[in-house]
Amino acid sequence: MSNALKSRQLSQRTALVFLTLATAIIVVPVLFIIIYTVINGAGAINWQFLTQFPSQAGKAGGILPAIIGTFYLMIGTLVFALPVGVLAGIYLTEYARNNQLTRIINLAIINLAGVPSIVFGLFGLGVFVLAFHFGLSLLAASLTLASQALAMVITTSREALLAVPKGHREGSLAIGVTRWQTIRHIVLPQALPGIITGAVLAISRAAGETAPILVVGAAFILPGLPQSPLDQFIALPYHLYTVSAHVPGMPRSTIWGVALMLLVLVLSFDILAAVIRMKTQRGR
Amino acid sequence: MSIDNMLLNKRTIASDKCITKLEAERVNLYYGSFQALRNITLTIPACAITAIIGPSGCGKSSLLRLFNRMNDLITGARVEGIVKLDGIPIYDAKVDVVELRKKVGMVFQKPNPFPMSIFENVAYGPRRHGVNNRIRLAETVEKSLRHAALWDEVKDKLEQSGLALSGGQQQRLCIARVLAVEPEVILMDEPCSALDPVATLKIEDLMRNLAEEYTIIVVTHNMQQAARVSDVAAFMMMEEDRAGALVEFGPTSKLFTNPQDKRTEDYITGRFG
Repeated sequence: MSNALKSRQLSQRTALVFLTLATAIIVVPVLFIIIYTVINGAGAINWQFLTQFPSQAGKAGGILPAIIGTFYLMIGTLVFALPVGVLAGIYLTEYARNNQLTRIINLAIINLAGVPSIVFGLFGLGVFVLAFHFGLSLLAASLTLASQALAMVITTSREALLAVPKGHREGSLAIGVTRWQTIRHIVLPQALPGIITGAVLAISRAAGETAPILVVGAAFILPGLPQSPLDQFIALPYHLYTVSAHVPGMPRSTIWGVALMLLVLVLSFDILAAVIRMKTQRGR
Repeated sequence: MSIDNMLLNKRTIASDKCITKLEAERVNLYYGSFQALRNITLTIPACAITAIIGPSGCGKSSLLRLFNRMNDLITGARVEGIVKLDGIPIYDAKVDVVELRKKVGMVFQKPNPFPMSIFENVAYGPRRHGVNNRIRLAETVEKSLRHAALWDEVKDKLEQSGLALSGGQQQRLCIARVLAVEPEVILMDEPCSALDPVATLKIEDLMRNLAEEYTIIVVTHNMQQAARVSDVAAFMMMEEDRAGALVEFGPTSKLFTNPQDKRTEDYITGRFG
């Protein structure tokens, strides 16, 4: 075997080693976190834990209000972020002229996703809690999380819309069908799986946010479940933060139990998104 | 069969008798600062096939898309001069582009059936234009598919996806989709360039049949195809600044057998392009 060939094979092998290593660096910690959380938290999970109110500052009882609060938050985020995000995505993809202003807006939306979440929290405090007089509430928190989720919903909607072949739009327009009818009947049906996937991922991310809701209405102890959108709420991530950092003598298994519930909630939404994507791709 | 024989077999159109369907007068088309078409003047006869030929990039498709205002979709596109359909200027501010495109349908280079059933592909246009009656839709679909010479091949599988058809069938499906909205003019942008020779011949036969009722304009790279199917032909070339210009326009038989311009002769005899 010639030396040149040997050295080429060597570089091939080296590249493969590094690529595998990099992938392992990503995969191993994720698996470790999940397994560690399950091992430590599974013991705390029982019927009582899931269906009762916390007592003794969370040391006993369950986390029902936190699960329900987070569920409400996800719904609230979806209700505000999905329509606005999808409509904005449609406008930017299908109607906006490709000019300087559009490019600046697109850049701004991408940057919006990079804004630290606590900044969104302060924005929500200033605008929704104080200026709009929604007070510390589910409504203010949903709007705050929706503002943060918007960037992702718009970006994924745009990508899904852009993936629809230009030929389908032209074929429809070329037989005297209006632009809106074309979007409604040709473009949106094809883009919908991608849009839904993006929205599901965006709210699963919102469900895990702690910093923004900290300042717009999340509470640690409340007398009951929220009765209206203007009530305060308990949410899993903030509950986890408090029980793990601020309550002395908290049983470790309870802390990991809360973490496990949050992880299950977020991951189940991520899996849902993956299933939607896989199902629709197979259908093509 | 040689080109000459084919020309003999074809009906000849007496240019003074034919009715003008579309006309362009001193048309310039710009994409931003780039001029794509320069000083185009030509008249398209009704119920005949007009072929637009010329080398790549000479503005054939741009000229075709002038007639249903598909160029409007391109940012920065601007038209100077007058384009008329049945004597009415189509670039007037009060012209409804959607209505115009109902009358002037278009078939594209790459077959582009929608990801829905064969039936729904054809029913799509009528549905969007407000036809909801199932019986009427079924009639329109059958008529259009028959007209597009596809009915016999698909009548038993109308519920199957249009994407499952072969390339040639897909292109005929796209033609049926256009026919279903009952246009007056059909623009075809290299309709056979993605098809094999057998499918190509089928489409050409279809075009000849359709020309009895419809005005057809076809852009083609294929000289034999232009000679085989068209009644009138326009030869275009790029000028030095890459703007497309009309070199010669006239009955196909004349353009191919007795070209007036040296460049036309060079092109059709295969000396360049």
